Amino acid sequence: MNLHAIRAIYRFEMARTGRTLMQSIASPVLSTSLYFIVFGAAIGSRMGAVDGVDYGAFIIPGLIMLTLLTESISNASFGIYLPKWSGTIYELLSAPVSWIEVVVGYVGAAASKSVILGLLILITARFFVAYEIAHPLWMIGFLVLTAATFSLFGFIIGIWADGFEKLQVIPLMIVTPLTFLGGSFYSISMLPPFWQKVALINPVVYLVNGFRWSFYGVSDVNAALSFSMTLAFLVVCLGVVWWIFRTGYRLRQ
Amino acid sequence: MDPIITITNLDKTYKSGFSALRNINLEIRRGEIFALLGPNGAGKTTLISTICGIVNPTAGRVLADGHDIVRDYRASRSKIGLVPQELHTDAFETVWATLNFSRGLFGKPSDPALLERILRDLSLWDKRDAKIMTLSGGMKRRVMIAKALSHEPSILFLDEPTAGVDVELRRDMWAMVRGLRERGVTIILTTHYIEEAEEMADRIGVISKGEIILVEEKTRLMRQLGKKQLTLQLQSPLAAIPPELAGEPLELSADGNELVYTFDTQSERTGIAGLLRRLAEHGIDFKDLHSSESSLEDIFVSLVSTRA
Ligand SMILES: Nc1ncnc2c1ncn2[C@@H]1O[C@H](COP(=O)(O)OP(=O)(O)OP(=O)(O)O)[C@@H](O)[C@H]1O
Ligand SMILES: [Mg+2]
Repeated sequence: MNLHAIRAIYRFEMARTGRTLMQSIASPVLSTSLYFIVFGAAIGSRMGAVDGVDYGAFIIPGLIMLTLLTESISNASFGIYLPKWSGTIYELLSAPVSWIEVVVGYVGAAASKSVILGLLILITARFFVAYEIAHPLWMIGFLVLTAATFSLFGFIIGIWADGFEKLQVIPLMIVTPLTFLGGSFYSISMLPPFWQKVALINPVVYLVNGFRWSFYGVSDVNAALSFSMTLAFLVVCLGVVWWIFRTGYRLRQ
Repeated sequence: MDPIITITNLDKTYKSGFSALRNINLEIRRGEIFALLGPNGAGKTTLISTICGIVNPTAGRVLADGHDIVRDYRASRSKIGLVPQELHTDAFETVWATLNFSRGLFGKPSDPALLERILRDLSLWDKRDAKIMTLSGGMKRRVMIAKALSHEPSILFLDEPTAGVDVELRRDMWAMVRGLRERGVTIILTTHYIEEAEEMADRIGVISKGEIILVEEKTRLMRQLGKKQLTLQLQSPLAAIPPELAGEPLELSADGNELVYTFDTQSERTGIAGLLRRLAEHGIDFKDLHSSESSLEDIFVSLVSTRA
């Protein structure tokens, strides 16, 4: 294990985050505040409780998930795309590092940043609504697992992308719609029966509901199923990354 | 001499189907400076990139310090430093941060004293806290050299290290490369400046269209292929070469002040002693003389063009 390399990559990536601290942190905090003002305070006051949870509190897990998914993907994809684009990847490719070290460094840094953002949103939310966390350990577990999984997914996108537009396309066209349709702002039991069935195909439903369960103990789906599905996706992503480094796909000519 | 790099039957065909390296067999000796010459697109960068792990070989085998570059990449790559042809730097990083990153990436614990020495050697110490994007092109190239040296490689690849570098800096770089060799580092460099190879290299390889067409000691190469010329500066100008000397390979300069004698360094006897004696017999006096060898450039141009 080349621990020095993992540390070097991790620190490099965290330093990059540090340089763009304002936009990295300010924008999610700002947008979350806006969501709370609009959905929590303005609209939420006219809405009844969902599954016995006050609407303002109900949307917190969904909001955090929304940020976690988009930020994890964009951070990790940008982190590996940038050296590919600037050419500095030559150093990574010529270094005595295995794919595991590269992934732990890059994905670890992206996931760390997402977790920090998630916690920041949690703190910000406290200024707007009171909430409790029923299963704090599970909450952290979901937070970290989701951040890691989607950072890994973003890492794959970053390697696959051969232009800045492609970096945007998957988050924009797939992840954002799935998150909005995934019950971030409503319980899928509020949908007509047919659409409830359709919603269950959406993986984000499981993420949001598992996470919400860790807060309020209520969920549209089984929390254990949520956790295992996320874990399964993580394993699939790991397999893809292993294949990428074995074949040199879009990395080595 | 035991080889530090052994390349056996190496082929590289790019995905486009282009065959960039064909059956390369080459040994680099431990501690030498090896200059790889060849026209644009000959495959120099491809060869270096393959050894360093940036390009996947299609066939063949490379050992770096005894380690297979594919199977045992960790061991082989930790021995190798690379300064690529293109300037690729992290624009927003400081010089100091990027050096620390490189050292860590290659698995070495941090060593500020060593990095300081490298930066001082490359006249970059004053710039250690500067963002790389604020440096000039020549400085950026030195940063890349510093990065490659930061993990104390025993093999250093310099892909056109002096492209776009001013004369003074080029001299400094030559001195630095010699210094590295004295410390036991093996250096493989590519260049389009033949005088650079002539000045620096112990051995020279010529690659053309993906094939190694020549590998030779520099001195022997120049001796084998080179002609030497002896130029005599005459005391008083001659109108013509005396008829008694007509059989000799002599040429008179236009102003009649110089007599040029061309001889083959290969032949047993150069005939210089005899020539000088006969000149004296004919009362031709000279005030100065110097000899010169035909340059590698002449050799190189003739080699590549006969192959074309
Ligand atoms: N990624 C690639 N895909 C396809 N062909 C490539 C690729 N990289 C290089 N080549 C081709 O391989 C050949 C050798 O290129 P290479 O860069 O090794 O040449 P070189 O000797 O370093 O030239 P130069 O002196 O210009 O740097 C060229 O014809 C080039 O077009
Ligand atoms: Mg080249």
